[in-house]
Amino acid sequence: MPVVRPFPVARWGRQTGKRGVALMAEISAGHGPMNVDRVQAGYMEMVQRKRLYGGLTLLIFVVLMVSGFLVAEDRNAGGFRNGIDNIGDYPAAVFSEAWEKLYDLPGLMVKYIPALIETINIAAVSTLTGVLAGFLLAMLGTRGLAKWPRLIPLFRRITDVMRAVPEIVIALMLIFVLGGGPVPAVIAIAIHTGGAIGKLFSEVAENADLKPVEGLQSVGASWTQRILLGVVPQVAPNFLSYALLRFEINIRASAILGFVGAGGIGYELKNSMSWGPGRFDEAAAIFALLFATIILFDQVSSRYRNQLTEGQGQ
Amino acid sequence: MLQIDKLTKRFGSKTAVDAATIKVDGPMMIGIIGKSGAGKSTLLRMLNRLTPHSAGTIRFEGRDVSGLKGADKRRWQSECAMIFQQFNLVPRMDVVSNVLHGTLNRRSTLATMFNLYPKEDIHQAIEILDRLGISEQAAKRAEALSGGQQQRVAIARALMQDPKIILADEPIASLDPMNAQIVMEALRRIFDEDGRTVICNLHTLDTARRYCDRVIGMRDGRIVFDGAPEQLTTGVARDIYGAGSDFSESATSTEIGALETPKDQTAPAYA
Repeated sequence: MPVVRPFPVARWGRQTGKRGVALMAEISAGHGPMNVDRVQAGYMEMVQRKRLYGGLTLLIFVVLMVSGFLVAEDRNAGGFRNGIDNIGDYPAAVFSEAWEKLYDLPGLMVKYIPALIETINIAAVSTLTGVLAGFLLAMLGTRGLAKWPRLIPLFRRITDVMRAVPEIVIALMLIFVLGGGPVPAVIAIAIHTGGAIGKLFSEVAENADLKPVEGLQSVGASWTQRILLGVVPQVAPNFLSYALLRFEINIRASAILGFVGAGGIGYELKNSMSWGPGRFDEAAAIFALLFATIILFDQVSSRYRNQLTEGQGQ
Repeated sequence: MLQIDKLTKRFGSKTAVDAATIKVDGPMMIGIIGKSGAGKSTLLRMLNRLTPHSAGTIRFEGRDVSGLKGADKRRWQSECAMIFQQFNLVPRMDVVSNVLHGTLNRRSTLATMFNLYPKEDIHQAIEILDRLGISEQAAKRAEALSGGQQQRVAIARALMQDPKIILADEPIASLDPMNAQIVMEALRRIFDEDGRTVICNLHTLDTARRYCDRVIGMRDGRIVFDGAPEQLTTGVARDIYGAGSDFSESATSTEIGALETPKDQTAPAYA
């Protein structure tokens, strides 16, 4: 069978060579050594300017850091250099006492497990409610997705405020009103979580592809349907990953709120710490429990996240 | 010069490249053709050591480059430049910086972090851009350029590496026919003028015929053809593409010239 050639096959560099040059010249009007010099000079000037600005920025940064440190050192009651030697004293005391009473540690750890479970429960409930609220706020406050585009600034400010007020302030206020216990802690952490998650989710959703949403809109889907079926499948791995990260943060937050009377393991830790030497073994046991919990949840959540993102690829 | 011996890549139970053996004696322009999924990209990526190989060896100028690790591997990567279908530039950096990335292997991390490149390199980068006809775009961000211009920036980055081999993975598959021609002609010129070996993945037959001295056909991971473009008959092409008798060369064409062919393409749309 003869070779079928639908067009004249020309070897490059002979017939087509001329055409190639013509095309090249067409694309770039100015060409040649003169032009190169001009471009080089222009670019070098830009590079010099960028380097100058970069150097100045670095200089200002260093000056600010040094002066800031000097001011802080000046106003510090004890002084950074005098105090830094003592930084290891407390951990050393805790460690040495815990080492002496090593045989007590497992028993103490078991003793504090109920308090730990209370802390984890506070974190779990507040994460769940906070993430749900944050999800709603995020969807209402994202450009392109919002149900009422004009109210986007309103919902954004709401998340800003929720995020801006520290958990401990809300918790103290609520403990004053409602009395001590886990409920004020749950509300305080949930409010902060809602604000933080609202911001993070909305940033993820902003990068979501709007074409599927438009597709669903074209078949007459409602806003909720568009969000749940068009946006959520795209952003679910990221959302889950942020929610799990928030859960880890909330475990720490709920432990800290125990210090101000919200119950859980933080309360026990505060007691054993403020008793001073003599009960440091309990403090050590609680620290160990907290570390173990945070590592455990970190491992579990990262495994979960990997599974989810890998599952997406298939 | 370059000797690839029984190079194999397995993904799980699937063999993407099956014992590919290629010998290149001197600088030439080689086109690798085949359907998508035939293993062309995997083969090139293994040569650059972007993708680890499962078995086989790659020897370059007597040196085994398939077993290199760490800094030696990165040195080899700087010697065999790669050009990608989607250009793989850093979109938010300016064109010259993208070209200067070709020198990363010989510069310290700290200097490159602060964008401190020597003046000679910057001048050379702009000269290369001028050679490819895009020096006017030097200060623009890469993302502001058209596809054809971006691909030429990628070629400039490859040239900045001063490589012995240029591997081009579907360099024109994302371009319109006009830009495809500019890019292919630029690659051919690099071979003609610099004597660098260019290995180019193409999925259109006529492009390979037109620009390459040697054509390698792959099908389902195996090399099924290796020879001069003149030996590539329609029967052989049908075999490479696994197509039936309704196959015509213009059906795979993206060249401007193919538009002038009479409309005898009776192949159904889903073929």
